[in-house]
Amino acid sequence: MDEPGRRSAAAPLSRRVEREAAKRAKARRNALIAALSSVVVIGGLAALVLTSPGWPTVRETFFSWSEFKNAFPEVLDGFWLDIKVFMVVEAAVLVIALVIALIRVNGSPGLFPVRILATVWVDVFRGVPTVLLVYLIGFGIPALELEGLPTSPVVLGGIALTLSYSGYVSEVYRAGINSVHRGQTDAALSVGLTQAQTMRHVVLPQAIRRVAPPLLNDFVALQKDVALISIIGPQEAFRVAQIFQGENFNYTPIIAAAMLYLVITIPLARIVDRMGGVGGVR
Amino acid sequence: MAGGRGAGGAPVIEVKGVTKAFGEREVLHGVDFDVAEHEAVALIGASGSGKSTLLRCIDLLEEIDDGDIFLDGEVITDPSVSPVAVRRRLGVVFQAYNLFPHMSVLQNVVLGQMRAQKAGRREAEEEGRALLARFGLAGREDDRPDELSGGQQQRVAIARAFAGKPRALLLDEVTSALDPELVGEVLEAVRDLKSEGMTMVIATHEMTFAREVADEVAFLHEGRIVESGPPAQVLGEPRAEETRKFLARLLEAGRA
Repeated sequence: MDEPGRRSAAAPLSRRVEREAAKRAKARRNALIAALSSVVVIGGLAALVLTSPGWPTVRETFFSWSEFKNAFPEVLDGFWLDIKVFMVVEAAVLVIALVIALIRVNGSPGLFPVRILATVWVDVFRGVPTVLLVYLIGFGIPALELEGLPTSPVVLGGIALTLSYSGYVSEVYRAGINSVHRGQTDAALSVGLTQAQTMRHVVLPQAIRRVAPPLLNDFVALQKDVALISIIGPQEAFRVAQIFQGENFNYTPIIAAAMLYLVITIPLARIVDRMGGVGGVR
Repeated sequence: MAGGRGAGGAPVIEVKGVTKAFGEREVLHGVDFDVAEHEAVALIGASGSGKSTLLRCIDLLEEIDDGDIFLDGEVITDPSVSPVAVRRRLGVVFQAYNLFPHMSVLQNVVLGQMRAQKAGRREAEEEGRALLARFGLAGREDDRPDELSGGQQQRVAIARAFAGKPRALLLDEVTSALDPELVGEVLEAVRDLKSEGMTMVIATHEMTFAREVADEVAFLHEGRIVESGPPAQVLGEPRAEETRKFLARLLEAGRA
């Protein structure tokens, strides 16, 4: 015990200095390697694109500044519609999906038929491509010619997105609910809470915290999928951009629409990252 | 099992012929057992002998297959009895604490009071603070459970179980998940409850503690109570072969 103790006491300073110098050297070397490899990869890709035979044409048809200026205000207008649809659909999805998840985890026999319906709902609407749902509902519902049913393509598109995403999101909720440890339910029941109070005050708060990152992830996806309603007519960003593109045979408006999406989805993705880092029970 | 006990009064908990199986595996085979008012019964036995299951059955967290359980002379295992109402009259402390991680320490203690007993927030929080102080947790009210040591968490769990002014407390190996140096503070809290006459069923591996605090020790072996009586007799001069073997194994492991 004596020997190593004395040795470490004798030379702590010099060893520390040495180690810190080594750490700094390693950090410098890593930074240099990262910088060099970035230059090689990004520079190589840029060179490949810029020297390609078609580049002058592509620059003109995809990245035309005048086209951009011309189309941007209307594409932005269209994008507001995307945002509005997104907000309404998101709110509806959060509520409907939670109801479906709660029905599916509830074991009471009285709810059996509703439980079957909820399962079918999830299986069908999650199992059909969203684009098909938009198409079927957008053209199918008006074809019924029933009094009182919505005919606005924006509303119908929103309904299709809500159906599709509530299927996905209810499964996220359900996974969260099932991930809360049995001991939590036991403890809540043991202090005299009812099943419903246990769900409301103990299980759900923990479940939702835990699934917040995947929930947000689904909302990034929803934000993008709003563009799918364009196939039944509403003049949202992609649709507007397509109209410009059709008129002038120039794809720049589509790039403009893509950039607008990125402005929303990149910050959302960073939030997801941060939540994933915190994660856990909190 | 009644009679001849100093602390004994009317039975608070009576377990009669309770049988419980999980699928094919029968965990309790006709357990008879009762706890008088102000009495502490230590339930000892190897892991898997059914101690936890028995406590869970008493709190109606498990449904029994046969037999009956009575609380203050009323049957509680009848399908017509509301389990919620029964659980409000009992308190449970779990081996793994099972505190609510998304709530503060104080919220953990008052949740049952506020939601189940419909107490006002002010009143419930006042009582909760007093309880926490009593178990040495003054100043930790606003912490999250994961900021506390295991011993502190288990004391919060005891305060939470006690907050509902239960007729009896069921303690399920409350020190088994703790580092050895934290066991003492939790046992001190249990001792404190015992000294004020709390009726308790204590499933435990701590024989020294059982000897000290329990009025009666019941030895559970393969789902049956093989032997029960005063601690000095069951732990000192066990009559049943199984009890002797169990105690000998504990002695080897240095825990008796």
